[in-house]
Amino acid sequence: MKINVNGATHDLGEINPRTPLLWVLRDHLSLFGTKYGCGISQCGACTVLLNGEAMKSCLYPVSAVGDAQVTTIEGVAAKDGTLTRLQQAWIDLDVAQCGYCQAGQIISAEALLRKNPTPTDDEIYAAMDPNLCRCGTYIRIHNAIKRVADENKSGQNGG
Amino acid sequence: MSTLNYDSVNEITEFFTRQAQPDYATQNAHIFKLDRRQFLKLTGIAGGGLMLGFALSRARAHADHVDFNPSGYIKIDSEGITLYAPNPEIGQGVKTSLPMIVAEELDADWTEIRVVQSEINPAAYGQQYAGGSTAIPSNYAKLRQAGATARAMLVQAAAEQWSVSPSTLSTELSQVLHAGTGQQLSYQELASMAATLPVPSSENVRLKDPKQFRLLGTRTTGVDNEALVRGEPLFGIDVSLPDMKYAIYQKCPAIGGTVQSANIEDIKKMRGVVDAFTLEGTGNGNDLLPGVAIIANSTWEAFQAKRALKIEWNETNAAKDSWSAARKEAARLAQEPATQIANNGDFDAAMSTGTATSRGFYEYHFVSHAPLEPQNCTAHYKGDSLELWAPTQTPSWAIPTAARLTGLEESQVTLHQMRCGGGFGRRLYNDFLFEAAAIARRSKNPVKLQWTREDDVRYDLFRAGGFHQMDGCVDDNGKVTGWRNRYIAFAPGGRPANSMSGGVFPGGLVENLRVEQTAINWAHRCAAWRAPGANVFAFVVQSFLDELAHAAQRDSLEVLLEVLGEPRSVGGGRRGRGMHTGRAVNVVKFAAEKAGWGKELPKSSGMGVAFYYSHAGHIAIVAEVSVGGEEDTVTNRSGENVIRRKLKVHNVTVASDVGPIINLSGAENQVEGSVIDALSTMMDLSITFENGRAEQTNFDKYRIMRASVSPAVEAHFIDTGEHSPTGLGEPVFPPLAPAVGNAIFAACGHRVRTLPISEEGFYLG
Ligand code: FES
Ligand code: FES
Repeated sequence: MKINVNGATHDLGEINPRTPLLWVLRDHLSLFGTKYGCGISQCGACTVLLNGEAMKSCLYPVSAVGDAQVTTIEGVAAKDGTLTRLQQAWIDLDVAQCGYCQAGQIISAEALLRKNPTPTDDEIYAAMDPNLCRCGTYIRIHNAIKRVADENKSGQNGG
Repeated sequence: MSTLNYDSVNEITEFFTRQAQPDYATQNAHIFKLDRRQFLKLTGIAGGGLMLGFALSRARAHADHVDFNPSGYIKIDSEGITLYAPNPEIGQGVKTSLPMIVAEELDADWTEIRVVQSEINPAAYGQQYAGGSTAIPSNYAKLRQAGATARAMLVQAAAEQWSVSPSTLSTELSQVLHAGTGQQLSYQELASMAATLPVPSSENVRLKDPKQFRLLGTRTTGVDNEALVRGEPLFGIDVSLPDMKYAIYQKCPAIGGTVQSANIEDIKKMRGVVDAFTLEGTGNGNDLLPGVAIIANSTWEAFQAKRALKIEWNETNAAKDSWSAARKEAARLAQEPATQIANNGDFDAAMSTGTATSRGFYEYHFVSHAPLEPQNCTAHYKGDSLELWAPTQTPSWAIPTAARLTGLEESQVTLHQMRCGGGFGRRLYNDFLFEAAAIARRSKNPVKLQWTREDDVRYDLFRAGGFHQMDGCVDDNGKVTGWRNRYIAFAPGGRPANSMSGGVFPGGLVENLRVEQTAINWAHRCAAWRAPGANVFAFVVQSFLDELAHAAQRDSLEVLLEVLGEPRSVGGGRRGRGMHTGRAVNVVKFAAEKAGWGKELPKSSGMGVAFYYSHAGHIAIVAEVSVGGEEDTVTNRSGENVIRRKLKVHNVTVASDVGPIINLSGAENQVEGSVIDALSTMMDLSITFENGRAEQTNFDKYRIMRASVSPAVEAHFIDTGEHSPTGLGEPVFPPLAPAVGNAIFAACGHRVRTLPISEEGFYLG
C-alpha cells in the first residue's frame, strides 16, 4: 500500500490496512509531530490535513487514505523551512505550555484559515472546539489565529 | 481492601503537598540558603572555552565526594553560549525561565543563547524534579550566582588583556566594554582566557540590583517554541531507537488484582506480536503492579493484542471501592464528631452566642491528572546497564527503583529526561517507568512502553475526593467568630490523602476554630494533583466564608478583608515567608479594584471573590458570571435529579503576589492556564468508582473543557520588591472554584457545594 504524505509517496508494504493513519505516521514513517492523546477521536492531538481538511487520524484506517494528500505538522512550513504566518504567530504569542496538543491545534487552525481566511470569533471557536488543550492555552490559541485572520482582513501579506 | 503498599506513594505525595502548606517556606528554608563556600567549578573543554558548573544543595551535603563537577554548566566556546536547564519541562516553562536567571546576571544576549536540557545526574545537581512550584525559589539564588560568577571571570579576563582595572569595565549583550577606550571583546573571544582564571568565591561576586534587570520580568517566548510548531520529536512518546519494539502492559481493572491465568500462547501467535508474558507485582503500589506484558512490532499491533487478551483475575485482594457507598458513609460520618486536628478558643460557646449561623455539607469528587501525553517510557536493558528515556517529573528519584527492579547498581542506570506532555503531579510517580524497566529486562531489543488513554486514567494516582461538614457563626457585628471544619477524607491504604492541618484557612484568623478529620478506607491510589490539598480545601473554606458573609448580610469582600485583618504572618511562617495577611489584603483589594467590585451588573449576573495562599503564593480572584434560567431536569452521577442551568463565566481577574516575575509571558500563560484548568475541573470533571473500578477512562466521559467557553482572563502581578520569587505553576488554581461559586450565588442565590458543579445542574455556555 502507498500513501502520499507531505508531498512524498511512501510504500507501506504489507501493512495491515486497518492500521490507523496516526500509527502509520508515527511508527512506520517516523513522523512524530502527530500525537496520540485518546485514540477515540475526542482530543484532536492526532489531527492531520487530508486534502486540506482537518481529520483526526487515530481512528482513520490507512486503507481509506487512497490518493488523498496527507499533510502533517512537519509539512506545514514551506519546503525551504520558512514558517507560515500561523506558525510564527504561535511562536510570537508564546502559545504553548507543555506543547503536546499544539501540532493538532495548528493543523485545525490551518484547515480553518485555508477555507476561511478571515473567520469570526465564533467560527474560530467552532473550528477549534474539537481540539483539547489540557494546559488551558485556549486564549492564546485564539489570539494567534485572530492575528493571522486580522492580517488577512487588512490585506497584509496577501492572505 | 487492597494489600498494596503505598508508603512510597505517600512519601512523594507528602513531600510535594508540604510545599502547599502555610509553613512550607520554613520547612524548606534550606533551599533558599546558599552555601557560602565556593560552589562553582571550572572545567576545561577541548578547543578552549569556559565551562562553569555549579554544585548544589545535595552536593553540598556530600561536599567531600563532589570535588569536580562537570554538570550544570554555562558553556562558552566557539559555538557560542550554551545554558543548561536542570529541571524537567512539563509545561510550566522552566526550560526558559531558569536559564533566563543565569543570562540576566551573565549579561548575555538572550537572542543568541542556546538552551539545552541538562543530563540527569543527582550526584551533581541534587534532586532534579518538577513539582511543588519549587523550581524558581530553589534555583533563583544559585543560578544568579552562577551567571554573576561567569560574568566576573570574563570581566577579569578582559581587564588583564587590556591591563586596566576590572572596575572600569562594563558588560552588555555578551560583550565586555571599556568606556575609556571604546574597546570591546565578546564573551566568546574571552572564554579561553577566562577559563584559566581562578573561580572567585561567592563573597567576591556582586549580584545585580534587581532594578537593573534587563531580561528578568520581560515577556520572553519559550525556547522550544519553534521546535514545537515544526512538530519536532521532543516528547517521551517520540523516542525511537534502532530495533526498538513496542510494549503494552495490562493490569487488573480493579487495582490490586493479580493474574490467575491468561491466553498468552494465543497472543504470541498474533500478527506482529514478538513476545507476551506475565509479570508478578512487587506489592508496592508505586512501582510494579501484576499484569501481562505484550511486546510487538508496532504500537497498534500491541494495542490489538491487548484487546485480544483474555485474563482471569484473582480479585481477592483487589479494590472494592464504591463511590456511592462512600457518599452514604460520608453523610453518616458528617453527623459525628471526629478526631480534632486543631481546637482554638471555644467553638461551642461561640455558636451558642452567635447571632447568625450557617451550615453546609460540601462534597468533591475524585479527578484524574489526564496529562495529554499518556504515560510512556522507552527502556533498553543490556545485561549490565539500563538506559531510560522518560517523560517524568522526578527523574532522579526514579533511578534507585529502576536499578532495584532490574538487579543493577544505580550507577548502571542512565536516564534521559524527555519533555513532558503535561504533568500536573502525575509524573511525580514513576510506575510507568518501572514497568518499562521490568519489561525491557525480558527483551533483547529496546522497548517503548505505551499506556493507552484508558490505562492512563484507570491507573492514575487520583486527586482524592472528600467531604466537609461546615459550621460557623457571626456575632452581633457580623464578625466571623466561630468556625468548624469537619473533614471526611479518603484513606488509600489506611492513610488519609490530602491531610488537613490547623493551618488551613482560616487557621490563625478566626478566634474559635475547630478542625476535625476522619477518613473512609480506600484502595485506589491517590496522590499529589496540581496544588494538592489546596485545590479542594480552597473551594470549601472560601465558599463557606461567603456563606457566613451572606448570613451576616454583609458584603463578601468586606468580610474577607476583615477576616484577614492586620498585616502579620500567620500559620507558622517564620521570617515572613509563610502566609502574610498584608500581602493577602493587597492582592484581594487589587483584584477587587481591577474587576470593579460593587459595580452595577445586569440581572442574573454576579461577582464572587476568593483568596488562597499556597506554594508561597498569595492569590486573589474575582469572577464575573451570569446564570441562565431553569431548564430541564436531568439525573446526575449520584442518581439525583437536578435542574440544568447554563453558566457563563465572563471575566476572571487574578491578582498574584509571587514576588518578582521571572518571565512575564510564562507567568501570564500559567495564570490563564490555571484559570482554565480550574474552571474545567470544577465544571464537569469526576471519576466515580463502582465494584473497584473507575467508571470514566477516556475523554468521552471525562469531559475536559473546550475552547469556546473560555472566560476572559486578566492577570495582574504585585511585586513590592521585598520578596524572593516563588512558583506560579500551582497557586492560582485553588481560588478559582470558590470565586466562581460565590459569583453564582450572587447571580442567582444558589449555593454550589459540590465539585464538579455539573452535579448541581450547571453547564458552561
Ligand atoms: S488521539 Fe485522535 S482524537 Fe485523540
Ligand atoms: S499545551 Fe499542553 S495540552 Fe495544550
